[in-house]
Amino acid sequence: MSKYIVTQNVADCIGCRACEVHCKDKNNSGPGAFYCRMIEVTEATATPPRIDFVYLSCFHCEKAWCVDACPTGAMRRRDQDGIVFVEEGACVGCKACITACPWTVPQWNPDTGKVGKCDLCKDRIDAGLEPACITKCTTGCLSFTTPSAASQAARQAFAERMHQNLRR
Amino acid sequence: MTETRHTICGMCAVRCPVSVQIKDGQPEWIEGNSHDGGMGKSLCAKGGATFAQRGDRQRPTAPLLRRGQRGAGEWREVSWDEAFDYIVSRLQPIIAEHGGRSILLSDRGGPFADLRQAFLKSLGSPNYINHDCTCGRNVHHAAKSVYGLGRKDFAYDYENSRHIVLFGRNITESLKVKEVKGFLKAIKNGARVTYIDPRASITAGKASRYWQIRPGTDYALLLGIANCLVNNGYYDHEFAARYISGLPEFKSFLAPYTPEWAAGECGIAATEIETFCRELNEDRPKVIIHPGWMLARYRDSFYASRMIHILNALLGSIEQPGGLFYPKGPKDAGKSGLKSLASLVPAVNEERADGCGSRYPQWDKGAGMLQTALEAIDTGEPYPVKAYFVHRHNPFIAMPDTREQRRILDKLDLLVAVDVNFSETAWFADVILPESTFIERDSILRTEKGLKPGFGRRQQCVKPQNNTKAGWEIYLELARRLGKGEYFPFKSIEDIWQYQLQDTGLTSADFDAKGFVKLSDKAIWYDRDQLKFGTESGKIELVNPKWEAMGVPSLAPYVPPVTPPSGSLRLLFGRTGYQAHGMHQNNPILCDLLDTNRLWINPIAASRIGIKDGDLVTVANGDQQGQIAAYVTDRIHPEAVFMLHGFGTDVPVKKRAFGRGLADQLFMQGKLKEWDKAGGGLNLAESFVTVTRV
Repeated sequence: MSKYIVTQNVADCIGCRACEVHCKDKNNSGPGAFYCRMIEVTEATATPPRIDFVYLSCFHCEKAWCVDACPTGAMRRRDQDGIVFVEEGACVGCKACITACPWTVPQWNPDTGKVGKCDLCKDRIDAGLEPACITKCTTGCLSFTTPSAASQAARQAFAERMHQNLRR
Repeated sequence: MTETRHTICGMCAVRCPVSVQIKDGQPEWIEGNSHDGGMGKSLCAKGGATFAQRGDRQRPTAPLLRRGQRGAGEWREVSWDEAFDYIVSRLQPIIAEHGGRSILLSDRGGPFADLRQAFLKSLGSPNYINHDCTCGRNVHHAAKSVYGLGRKDFAYDYENSRHIVLFGRNITESLKVKEVKGFLKAIKNGARVTYIDPRASITAGKASRYWQIRPGTDYALLLGIANCLVNNGYYDHEFAARYISGLPEFKSFLAPYTPEWAAGECGIAATEIETFCRELNEDRPKVIIHPGWMLARYRDSFYASRMIHILNALLGSIEQPGGLFYPKGPKDAGKSGLKSLASLVPAVNEERADGCGSRYPQWDKGAGMLQTALEAIDTGEPYPVKAYFVHRHNPFIAMPDTREQRRILDKLDLLVAVDVNFSETAWFADVILPESTFIERDSILRTEKGLKPGFGRRQQCVKPQNNTKAGWEIYLELARRLGKGEYFPFKSIEDIWQYQLQDTGLTSADFDAKGFVKLSDKAIWYDRDQLKFGTESGKIELVNPKWEAMGVPSLAPYVPPVTPPSGSLRLLFGRTGYQAHGMHQNNPILCDLLDTNRLWINPIAASRIGIKDGDLVTVANGDQQGQIAAYVTDRIHPEAVFMLHGFGTDVPVKKRAFGRGLADQLFMQGKLKEWDKAGGGLNLAESFVTVTRV
């Protein structure tokens, strides 16, 4: 796991797919390739119906299958923060990483014949900014944070709800 | 060198404030204009595909003259000079024979229409029309008949609302960024949301209550709600006594329309309606019942919207935090407004070809009515209409029955399309004048009404990549070549901005820092004891004598919708948050999100016909038919089927979208002639189709 984590407040997500587009615009991932995806999960017979969207991108694994599988060393992990990324010049398009990844996260770019994937917009991170998908999320339902900060925020929100309930 | 410019998005008609970063003349990054607190850096998917649109070569990149038959797609690329000369050479004899009034221009309305209205007026034509017969005309005219104010004379304070009620107003997908953020904040603050729609859109998933109403019975449900509210005294008696007239007539009119009666029509249980009404009573006045955005659906949509306007008034939610408010303009901030370009041109006193203000006295002249203008093109009555400028508007898919429209528009001597895309209508035109994408063009300044009024500016961020021009350049040059240059003494957009700002004490440089200028630091609310309405009595008129005199009864008895013929289903349509109005299906990025539509069908209807989820089905109405996959889901009412709009383009050069999916409007044969007689909106939800397994 990279030192970062992307969290999503599903209640605020409207499935508008702006995150996917902001990613594609920024990273030029090629036709049919999505570094991040909003997956629709629907329970149509519930009242009211449940129509939710779950953000899925790369998990930036600590011990990444894709990195281990890559025969050329194109798939790499950044020392300073654990971001898993493709060094495009070294990618030969063998797709071993796609096969190796338990979630089939690496994406195929038919225009370049190479693999691409989420690198959390590391150039933006290095410039003190946040990834494109999070920066421009239509409703602000995505957050760029760290596991410990995410945990603290979730506990805080839970505590506030509990406190409110106790006061009722 | 990187530079940031603030401008106004043009990817859809919402026109959000955005900021563009430019490096060495190239656009690098686009995001919401965070100087606007309600916007932040947020940007929807369509806005996110701005640069992809600019780079897309499957768009008109130079002026085009038609070579072959209309619609054959044979074009000759020409210079702007030649295109302008051609238009002038065709217009001059039309004007000589039939007068300036024989020219029509339609667009999608909005804050920049003043320029096009001025252009058309300078040619002596009263026939400016926007797209609203397929959008909010019923809502607008309903508001006029209740308040004497237009639909845009009210806005909604979602964030502070206790209960938001949406009759098909699909806030999460017919998407306005600032609106949806306010809506989600309200939910976080504990607001109730009641969503009513035969189709469970994503908004239904955000609601605390979802009613899958029988299609076409909104007015029945509203009558039942109104009955319950007034009979139980669930309304703001003080506000009603002060501002509302006609309440006794209203009460007796409502007598037969009990919740039990409504339940029989719309399929929502009476007890549920009563519970809902009790909640409204608890939550008022912080209640918003949205009167509809696009409400060109049923023959009684005007009355449904009218009833919603009335209910908002009864609940006292007018000029109320958490309810509706008047969007304030420059005058409310004690400032002067922008100078109008149309005011530079002498008034045109001709009768309108579409009959607004004459044959149809109740319809506003300002926005016109396209379906009755098409009648004028077809029949030559009340006078011939021979030339049509269609400006980034696409009647062939916005309006029903494309085949019939094609027959009518073929009677024109000249059809000019000004567009960024190859719209289906542009493909049928004689001339296409390619407009620059919004980041490549300046527009006239706009007024931004709201609690804190101001002005906003769209400015060019990067140079046009192709041989395109901005709308202001196109219309000013055409006016000049047609001998009307005297009215528009401007050489540059700066000249226009300076003219617009001349009474305000501002200069265009004042827009550099934020892209907009606010005229008030504080939210402006009117004194609720001194509210003014635009009716003749100055009150909210439940019975409006002026409208009754124009042939529009105020209190219309309910007439049930036509039941689908045996074996048929009602065809409904809608959109997603990432593709709208058929303008985005061919965008290089947005086409990747969804490249075809499906036919939503309820499991009950599907099992009757023998259809399983994913089956290829034939959708047919008369001789019109096509095939798409079925999506079997409880999210659609058993009497209806649903498809996303904007698919199935027949423009071959749009290769990513060509022939993919079905176009709902093709199945609406005859519907150019059927509209809400009071409000004028077309009946776009009154067509029926059969569905069979392939």
